[in-house]
Amino acid sequence: MASVAMVVNGKSITREVEGHTLLVDFLRDDLRLTGTHVGCDTSQCGACVVHVNGQSVKACAMFAIEADGADVATIEGQANKDGSLNVIQQAFQDHHGLQCGFCTPGMVMTAAALLKENPKPTEAEVRSYLEGNICRCTGYHNIVKAIMAASGQDVTAIAAE
Amino acid sequence: MYAFEIERPGTIADAVKALQSDGAQALGGGQTLIPTLKARLAAPDVLVSLSAIGEMQGVCLSDDGALCIGAATTHATVARDAAAHFAGLAHLASHIGDPAVRNRGTIGGSLANNDPAACYPAAVLGTGAVIITNTRQIAADDYFQGMFTTALDEGEVITEVRFPIPQKSHYMKFVQPASRFALVGVFVAKYADGVRVAVTGASEEGVFRWHEAEAALSADFSPKALDALSVDADGMIGDLHGTPAYRAHLVKVMTGRAVTAAT
Repeated sequence: MASVAMVVNGKSITREVEGHTLLVDFLRDDLRLTGTHVGCDTSQCGACVVHVNGQSVKACAMFAIEADGADVATIEGQANKDGSLNVIQQAFQDHHGLQCGFCTPGMVMTAAALLKENPKPTEAEVRSYLEGNICRCTGYHNIVKAIMAASGQDVTAIAAE
Repeated sequence: MYAFEIERPGTIADAVKALQSDGAQALGGGQTLIPTLKARLAAPDVLVSLSAIGEMQGVCLSDDGALCIGAATTHATVARDAAAHFAGLAHLASHIGDPAVRNRGTIGGSLANNDPAACYPAAVLGTGAVIITNTRQIAADDYFQGMFTTALDEGEVITEVRFPIPQKSHYMKFVQPASRFALVGVFVAKYADGVRVAVTGASEEGVFRWHEAEAALSADFSPKALDALSVDADGMIGDLHGTPAYRAHLVKVMTGRAVTAAT
């Protein structure tokens, strides 16, 4: 066992973990933050995307111990302070950017990373940035539309399909 | 995940020491190794994470004008920090995997693994870069020794890669859409004394130099210079994504496109 300390969604935590504990298992099982999902568990699908020191990572492909000292953000910390949905979450709701919702936490975290790097992405840039996030329901169209809307761009020309 | 120990040294010296123990294995960004462990295709007793070693991080220019990249530098960092000095390499780094993978995966990890479809081996062989380890310097032409096989000894750690910066270069990848690996990827680099061409994803032997194209492009750096050449399908990879003949054809097409796009 090793001691790890990190800031998760603004809160400092310290826990004992086994060396082989994955970050995603640490978040879900030790901290009970189950919004971060495990889809494929082989770093393909992106359902487990969280931010470590502001960068999107797949939490199933990183050990908890490697996040020692880091600032970690998960979907649970994304809502506004008053509990209302943030602009990306609200856009996913407004534009029907989810169906079953399993991929949504990872999609929202990836979208947040994209909009931080590139506040006004083109549709092609959004699609390219989502390469590592798989959705088996929506066909991506409304996810892309939601992210474009969250960036403040007019999406009326993107027809609902 | 099965049980094993992880060490997280802060210096190269401590990492080398930790790797002396039986069953120890270096862990770079883990974007290949961690899924490999889950699949039980590897089962080390001790993982030595290189992610906390500051002296293995970052991109800089050496006094003789080479681009030096610490082995634990992520693809995202190379994409950002190499762009002003060596656009061809930054472009390659910015198209590995997906954004989250690029935030963890490292150049040293990619080279130590030497996946036959990885991108970095093409840049390293295509520039004649030097691989620096804790014990020696290895020329790219000596380093790659076949699929998943390198000149690295047991316990030897890549600490840095030093790239001679070409006048013009480009990496053209035909993406296998499910994995984002190269079905075929070609790195072309033009120097004052000639052109180098390295191909990944195509051969059963891993990354290789296409010497006939190098000679033709050294005489005339244009896609037309390739017209008379052909690539032998013998020894090319055949799988459900493409036959050996298809890959051989792609090598020529991707090389031509890389030459056209080179800046």
